[in-house]
Amino acid sequence: MDILLQEDSIISPLGFSTSENIKAMKAGNSGLQFHENLRFQNGGFYAGIIEAALLADNFSIIGDATKFTKLEQMMLLATQSVLNNNQLDLSETALIISSTKGNIDLFGNPQNFSKDRAKLNSLAKIIQEFFGFKLKPIIVSNACISGGLAVAISKRFIQAGKFNNAIVVAGDLVSDFVTSGFQSFQALSATPCKPFSKNRDGISLGEAAAAILVSNNKREGDSVSLIGDASTNDANHISAPSRTGEGLYKSIQQALKESKLSASEMDYLSAHGTATIFNDEMEAVAFNRAALAHVPVNSFKGFYGHTLGASALLETILTKHSLLNNELYPSLNFEELGVSKPLNIIQKIEKKELKTALKTASGFGGCNLAMILKKSFNG
Amino acid sequence: MDKARNQFITNSIRIKNEEIFLKRESILSFDSKIDLSQFLKDSYKKLALRYPKYHKMDSLCKLGILGSSVLLRSQHFNADTALVFSNASSSHDVDMKHVKSMESIVSPAVFVYTLPNIVLGEISIKHKLQSENVFFIEDKFNADLLVDYSETLLNSGKASSVVCGWIELKNDQYDVLLCLVSNNGEIPFTKENLEELYRFENE
Repeated sequence: MDILLQEDSIISPLGFSTSENIKAMKAGNSGLQFHENLRFQNGGFYAGIIEAALLADNFSIIGDATKFTKLEQMMLLATQSVLNNNQLDLSETALIISSTKGNIDLFGNPQNFSKDRAKLNSLAKIIQEFFGFKLKPIIVSNACISGGLAVAISKRFIQAGKFNNAIVVAGDLVSDFVTSGFQSFQALSATPCKPFSKNRDGISLGEAAAAILVSNNKREGDSVSLIGDASTNDANHISAPSRTGEGLYKSIQQALKESKLSASEMDYLSAHGTATIFNDEMEAVAFNRAALAHVPVNSFKGFYGHTLGASALLETILTKHSLLNNELYPSLNFEELGVSKPLNIIQKIEKKELKTALKTASGFGGCNLAMILKKSFNG
Repeated sequence: MDKARNQFITNSIRIKNEEIFLKRESILSFDSKIDLSQFLKDSYKKLALRYPKYHKMDSLCKLGILGSSVLLRSQHFNADTALVFSNASSSHDVDMKHVKSMESIVSPAVFVYTLPNIVLGEISIKHKLQSENVFFIEDKFNADLLVDYSETLLNSGKASSVVCGWIELKNDQYDVLLCLVSNNGEIPFTKENLEELYRFENE
């Protein structure tokens, strides 16, 4: 059974649709900008933050922006855009929500909302009721692999016959909660993040919502399927990546096995690439163990920052469009390779016939994810 | 053939109201006045856990380590035993500690626990499981989701056995049910049986 990645949508500082995002990326624009913040000695930090007024303006087409939090507006807009292009029966379409911290800042500062609104259950209910999904939403909160894991979960349920269509929606904010935490870790970069580069010095945070329709319904023309997926825990450390890249390596092996493809058949690798010293090094080790050193690879974090629970879905959508457009997008802000193993970093936009791609992600708690995407033509 | 039909609830542990039950049998109980941190400390001692890292963890992880250690004691399981967990309050117990600290000095040792799946990482380390992990958020215990998803992992060969369940912590009240699901045992792995194990302590 083919599991197709169909209509999708991205709400980010780079635009309010997937096509706007890709256009901005191709123009070399980054969502990362300096934002004033008193927590930082130098007066602020680089992050990818969506302008609230612009978002509310866009949201007003589908609802009253004063009644929804910023994150809700983002996730509702993303979902609406996917639903607009489909005649889906919402009585049998699954809704899978993914977020790490949801509306967490409402805990400390509820604004005009109830504190309950900070809960992921409330976030899911708001999205469900706004559109009238009948099935109970499934909520995945599994650190920074959440958005991709939610796609893998939708595939597994479709294959098991639980439903035929799932809307996967992921979103996270640059919250004060998360910013203060990563700052305490000294994990934030003083400049826009530089994945895999020698002088990388940490992550940039970003915010985004993304949505995609995962379906077993065939369509005419080019389509991209998810043909293998696996997640493996490192069982090593809850916040430091494994030095051997064990969990990521195993995830890649398992996903390849399911896809019946080999590493040598991968045309493109969309890495996690957070730009911390240890994460990028771990990925380089795992990719080399998996014989992927030659495969063109990028990290999208230079464009968006780390969008946490949204990142793996956002980047899966971009990977899908890479395949459809036969375009490799550069790993923005890359300078000189700064990991101990060779990698084939994409440095400029390149037109190339692409059929297969590997998307990976890793996160706190030692979790790792690998997904194999394949383009096919249905005439 | 549907492999899940040959799956059983091999073992189960319930932690609630100052009491720990293994396969419905009470193995440890305390006075109802004992608070959460004392309960976690005393249970560790009484169960002879010998895992010093335990003391550094947040309460949700302590509950997970307590539960999984008793659950898996003298059980056969492979490194690909998946973890399928759920709760309603995510990591909000420790989230509140982080929120309070944001007014003064934030501690990375607290922040690192502010994700619900960290308990899966701690359990993976303790029991050397390099496996599929997922943390679902639900408004209440949902046997359907746990059984349905565990079955997809077992039937597709992504896991040879599963530890699944509910691990809720809110306002110092805890409510834990963890089950080892494998091809060993007598209680068939069904929604009804899982639901019954969850309801049991409430009777």
